[in-house]
Amino acid sequence: MKEFIAFIKKEFYHIFRDRRTLLVLFGMPLAQLLLFGYAITTEVTNADLAVYNQSSGQFTNQLVDKLVSSDFFNLTENVHSKDEMMDVFRKSKAKIIVVIPPDFEQKFNRREAQIQLIADGSDPNLASILTNSATGIIMTWMKGHAGNAMQIETINNEVRWHYNPELKSVSMFVPGVITIILMLVSAMLSSISITREKELGTIEILYVSPLKPVTIIIGKLVPFIILSIFNAAFILLMAYIIFSVPVNGSIMLLLLESLLFIITALSLGVLISTVSETQQTALMLSLFGLMLPTILLSGFIFPISSMPLPLQIISNVIPAKWFLIIIKDIMLKGVGIMYVWKETLVLVGMTIGLIGLSIKKYNIRLQ
Amino acid sequence: MSDNLAIIATDLTKKFGDFVAVDAITFEVKKGEIFGFLGANGAGKTTAIKMLCGLSRPTSGQAIISGFDIYSQSELIKKNIGYMSQHFSLYQDMTIRENIRFYGGIYGLKSKDIKTRGSKLIQELELEDYADRFVGELPLGWKQKLAFSIAIIHNPGIVFLDEPTSGVDPITRRQFWNMIYKAAARGITVFVTTHYLEEAEYCNRVSIMVDGEMRDFDTPRELMKKYNKPTMNDVFLHMAVRSKRKGD
Amino acid sequence: MVRFEHISKSYEGNPAVNDINFRVEKGELFGLIGPDGAGKSTLFRILTTVLLPDVGHAYFKDRDVVDDYRYVRRNVGYMPGKFSLYQDLSVKENLKFFATIFNTTIAENYDLIKDIYEQLEPFESRRAGALSGGMKQKLALSCALIHKPEVLVLDEPTFGVDAVSRREFWDMLKSLKAKGVTILVSTPYMDEAALCDRVALIQDGNILKINTPDGIIDQFGKQLYKVVTQHIYQALQALEKISDEWHAYSFGQEIHIYSSKSLNIADLKGQLVSMGIDDVQIEIGKPLIEDCFMDLMVSEKTEDYV
Repeated sequence: MKEFIAFIKKEFYHIFRDRRTLLVLFGMPLAQLLLFGYAITTEVTNADLAVYNQSSGQFTNQLVDKLVSSDFFNLTENVHSKDEMMDVFRKSKAKIIVVIPPDFEQKFNRREAQIQLIADGSDPNLASILTNSATGIIMTWMKGHAGNAMQIETINNEVRWHYNPELKSVSMFVPGVITIILMLVSAMLSSISITREKELGTIEILYVSPLKPVTIIIGKLVPFIILSIFNAAFILLMAYIIFSVPVNGSIMLLLLESLLFIITALSLGVLISTVSETQQTALMLSLFGLMLPTILLSGFIFPISSMPLPLQIISNVIPAKWFLIIIKDIMLKGVGIMYVWKETLVLVGMTIGLIGLSIKKYNIRLQ
Repeated sequence: MSDNLAIIATDLTKKFGDFVAVDAITFEVKKGEIFGFLGANGAGKTTAIKMLCGLSRPTSGQAIISGFDIYSQSELIKKNIGYMSQHFSLYQDMTIRENIRFYGGIYGLKSKDIKTRGSKLIQELELEDYADRFVGELPLGWKQKLAFSIAIIHNPGIVFLDEPTSGVDPITRRQFWNMIYKAAARGITVFVTTHYLEEAEYCNRVSIMVDGEMRDFDTPRELMKKYNKPTMNDVFLHMAVRSKRKGD
Repeated sequence: MVRFEHISKSYEGNPAVNDINFRVEKGELFGLIGPDGAGKSTLFRILTTVLLPDVGHAYFKDRDVVDDYRYVRRNVGYMPGKFSLYQDLSVKENLKFFATIFNTTIAENYDLIKDIYEQLEPFESRRAGALSGGMKQKLALSCALIHKPEVLVLDEPTFGVDAVSRREFWDMLKSLKAKGVTILVSTPYMDEAALCDRVALIQDGNILKINTPDGIIDQFGKQLYKVVTQHIYQALQALEKISDEWHAYSFGQEIHIYSSKSLNIADLKGQLVSMGIDDVQIEIGKPLIEDCFMDLMVSEKTEDYV
């Protein structure tokens, strides 16, 4: 036991004395959170809106007021002809135009009213968000006029991207960021830390010491487990403080599930270190072998349902996919273990398999 | 300024903060001379070589390498010297021919010259059967001989050799020294460091650095006579053992 | 104490060591002398259980190093060739760490490392990465000794280290030997062979000779002539022209000729003088280990090299 503690102490020395490791450990989560939270947010405020109003009357005015007074839109332009409409987009005066036809008032009373939303499709993502938001506002307004109904026609004036991401906001990104960070920190840092001993030659001394291989591996991993759990908690806290993203489900359950995922990632890290002789190889393997699939195929950025079938099938072997489902359900839907036990079981199975594989691959000798 | 001098160093000094790595060394090396640059680990040899190669700017002092000033003409110096060390020994994943082509190329040789000199080099080293093999597959001694030949393929005025024979077997080491003699006979000045002190005796002149200073500088024969020691090893031990820079 | 029996090992088809047999007795200071790539590290790694041999067995105190690897690991101290400690840990932290993982404390075995560690004590809190080559080596030796091993295995501990530190290191080994530690050490520096009790000369995975340093010199089956001249290079070329029945190598300020026949010194001198080497002196000399090594190398491998 004393050896084990000495070993862990040594690992913490390595971690806390290496500025780069610390930066990856604590700078990265914050940077990613801010990046996804602010820069890549899909929630829109104060988008420029133009109105081509060919009608006049009480309902028309109410509708326009409603749109303009919301946080989403900002009236920048009143359009008076079809030619002007295209000009609005070309000159980037607005991102979306609401077209109210001349017969709006009459038809509104007959429940036949039509309205047209035209969005600048050069940014398909934004276009879809804006039309969705506008539709939402119009629908809400309509509810106040029970008995009246209308059709909303949405047009994006360029070709639509055929799989626009779903409407997301920062609360949808936090689970993804946690997933990536846990994967990165656990797998990359642990594999690098093991291969570093290979480069230094110290691994030979560890081999010839009475330490059991299992002790060496666990000693390497424990510090990263501890740090990763702290990391997960840190990201949740930051997300709450900066973006007011709450955890709707049980925090305890969330941390336990994170622990499971951390162990999965660490066993991947050990696996990488068994096939890498240098820190550089380990770094490349974890970046391209783990990070990219985690970002691209887990459903974090691209919805799995809109992927081609082969990729959908591949995504099933990505541990992050399952963890992302679990963590989203717990954080956003607030569900308990009863709803995520299947995914948890998949993850447990994967983890056991990976641990078995890495113990089998791990050598007590050089090759 | 004398025409038959390859290196003229005057009070060459390099400080890192308070630490004086190289302390006002002054010496001259003649053209075609084999010059042994001796010193304990940490005596300042590496720092001195870096300055002489134009890789590191001295804190003070002057040096003229092959007629070029180390402050204002370091790019010309780099073109006119060759360099090899124990660690730098060609690209392992390229063949012998590819390495020759590459190094010939970076020193601006015409491709016709690279071809003729390359074939001659391969022939002299008796590597004809291995020319298209990866350098990584060669034994260490061959690699080092090859690296040396390539380091002088552009006929530099001076070649710097940093522990070129470390770990090489004794016969290959002597073959390596024969190559050094040949290069010197061609007029190339050889500037060499080594931990095998009997190799120091092959040099025309040697200098011994201790604690950043150049303590002595003469032919091996004169040094052995002066300190009344039978070998250069004894001379070196006698001088370096008084080093004050122990923990650093 | 240590036995190698018919050990062979190859990496991806390239033989590293080939049918190696030798034994090291208790309390011996045994040297494995040979250049890089000769197979020294491979043998040491097999002995210290970090590498499996393809063929053959190695024993430590009659226990097989493969079957009984735990026992071997507990009782052998090993300093690998490229071992460079934990650079980001201080001197003291390194030593303490190695003491703890070997189930001991610094205090328990301090007497064994006292002489060495005392020189490091002023730098106790310095990071290992900031030590000089010689100091690192002392720390590494202390770490390898901290669990009081019966056998100490040192792979090229003096490689790339200057002559002064090398001499100090060998002094340390001598005093460890006096304390009863059996030591196996490898080195590419032939002059260090004379400091061992017995040495094995190794080249290309084969042992050329095992004996005491004096024994190896006595077994030098040829006559050695020393040629002294200012014109070494010219003399070497001249000697090559005169006959191919001998081998001539430069040796510091001299040339050594190994000849299986005895030579007429006066004749040879005359020939050399006539070829323009007028200051030449020739006398019969006593070979060094390096002479023996080179002579053995040449007779072993006239066929091929790669």
